[in-house]
Amino acid sequence: MDKQLEKKHPLAVRWMHWINFPLLALMIWSGLLIYWANPVYPLRLGTYEVFHFFPPWFYETLGIPFRLAEGLQLHFFFMWLFSINGVAYIIYTFLSGEWRALLPVPASFRRAPLVALHDAHLVKTKPPQGKYNDAQRIAYTGVILMGAGSVITGLSIYKPTQIGWLTSLLGGYEWARWEHFWLMVLFVLFFGVHVFQVAMAGWANFRSMITGYDVVDAEKPTTPKEETVEV
Amino acid sequence: MSEDKEIIIDGVRGLEDKNGTTGRSWPDDPENTATALKEFRYLSEPMSDAEAKRQMSTRSRRGFLVGGMAGLLGVFGWRWMPDEAKSALLRRTFEFNERVSQVFYSPKRLAPEFPPSRVTAARYNGALGLENEITASDWRMKVTGIGSGSAFAIEQIRAMPRTEMITEFKCIEGWSTIVHWTGVRVSDLIAACGGTNPNDLPRYVAMKTPDEKYYVGWDIEAIMHPQTLLAYEMNGAPLTNEHGAPLRLASPTKYGIKQIKRIGSIEFTNERPRDYWAENGYDWYAGL
Repeated sequence: MDKQLEKKHPLAVRWMHWINFPLLALMIWSGLLIYWANPVYPLRLGTYEVFHFFPPWFYETLGIPFRLAEGLQLHFFFMWLFSINGVAYIIYTFLSGEWRALLPVPASFRRAPLVALHDAHLVKTKPPQGKYNDAQRIAYTGVILMGAGSVITGLSIYKPTQIGWLTSLLGGYEWARWEHFWLMVLFVLFFGVHVFQVAMAGWANFRSMITGYDVVDAEKPTTPKEETVEV
Repeated sequence: MSEDKEIIIDGVRGLEDKNGTTGRSWPDDPENTATALKEFRYLSEPMSDAEAKRQMSTRSRRGFLVGGMAGLLGVFGWRWMPDEAKSALLRRTFEFNERVSQVFYSPKRLAPEFPPSRVTAARYNGALGLENEITASDWRMKVTGIGSGSAFAIEQIRAMPRTEMITEFKCIEGWSTIVHWTGVRVSDLIAACGGTNPNDLPRYVAMKTPDEKYYVGWDIEAIMHPQTLLAYEMNGAPLTNEHGAPLRLASPTKYGIKQIKRIGSIEFTNERPRDYWAENGYDWYAGL
C-alpha cells in the first residue's frame, strides 16, 4: 500500500525538547542537593503523614547529603539554560504556528476524559485527534505552565527582598518555597506518565520525536484538498 | 506588522527541511480541536512502502547519530572538564548573577515587615568566631576606611539613632524565622564616622569577628540599605552570646551567612573582601 511521510515535529521543537530533558533533570538534581539542607515537606492525609520528602535511605542512596554549596552552584548555572530554552520554545511555538497543535480550547477539558477512557480500553469511540488529542494538548500546555511556575516561584525565593511584591503575591517566602518544591514533584509525575504513554504508543511515535517524521497510510486520492499554508 | 510576521515565520520555516510536504487541514469536525484552531498537517507525496522505509531509516540513522553524539558530548564534556575549570565556570556564573542582580537592585525596595505577633522562635545555627569569652565592657568595634577611623564602645552605638524592624531572617539552608531587631542603621554609623557623601564611599565593606575566625564581605549598596542594621537587641532582649552579643549585623538583603555576629572590625575598602562561606563554595554576593 502507498505511504506518506508525515512531518510531525519541527527540528527546533525536537532540539528544545531533548535539550530540556537533561536540563530539567539537572535542575531537579541540584534542587534536591539544596532541599536536603532543610527537608521539611511531608505528604499528609488529614493529620496522618503518608510520606516525608525524603526518607534517609533516599539521600544516602543518591549521595545527596552535605552538598548544599554544589547544589546552589549548579542550580544558579543551569537556571539560565533551562529558562532560555523554555522561553525560546514559547516564542517558537507562537511564531511558527505550532501553538495550533498544542493549545487546548475550553471544550478540550470536556473531551479529555474520553481520551483517558479510550486509553484504558473502557470506551471504543476514538477521540478526535489532530497531531495531539485533547488530553495531550492539556498536558503539553500544562507542563509549559509548570515550567513558567517554577521560574516564577524560583525567582521569588531567589530575590525575596528585591522582588518582594512577587513573593508576597505567592503567599510569602515560605509558601513560595513550598510551591517551588511541589512543582518539582509535579514534573516528576509528568515525566513518569509521559514515559509510560510513549512506551505504550510504540516505536514509530518515539522515533518521530528524533527524526521529525512518521509514516502514515496514503490518503485516498479523492480527498486531499490542497490549501496554501497560512498562519 | 503582519508582513513582518510573515517574514519571521518564513525565516523560521526556512530553517526546517520540508521534504516537499504540503499543508493540509484536518477533516472538518466541530468536535476536533485541531479543526477549531486551523491546525495543519504536513504530508509528503505518496510513495511505496519500501521507499518510505528507506527514507525513514536514513532519517533515523542521521537523527540517532546526531542526538547520540550531542548527548555523549554533553556527558563526557562535563566529565572530562578539569575540576578547576568547572569550579571557575560556576564561580564566574555566581559573579555574572551578581552583576545582573546589581543592575536590577534598588535600595528603595524594602523587605516586608511583620506585626509583633508574627515573630517566631529564634534559631541558632553556628558559633564560628564566637568561641572565646568576651566581656561587653571591653569590647570595641574598630571602623577603618572612612573618616579618620575610630573605635566604638557599645554605649556609643546605643546612643546613636535607634531603629527597629520585624523582618524575615533567611538562612541559605532554606529555613526562615521572623525576628524583631533593634539597632542602628549602618548608614547612620557611616554618617557618624563622617562618610557624608554616599557616592564617595568605597565599594566594599569587610567585617570580622574579634578573633578574625569569621569574616564577611558586603557590597556598599546592600550595606547602605535602610534595613541593614547593627543590631544589639533581638526580640526585645539584649543579644545573647550565641546570637552575636554585643553587636551583630541584621539585614533582609542578604542570607544569614552574611549577617556576621559579634563584629570586631569594619573596614571600608575598594578591594573585594574575603568571605568565609564564599571560600567554601557559596555565592559571595548572597543577595536577596
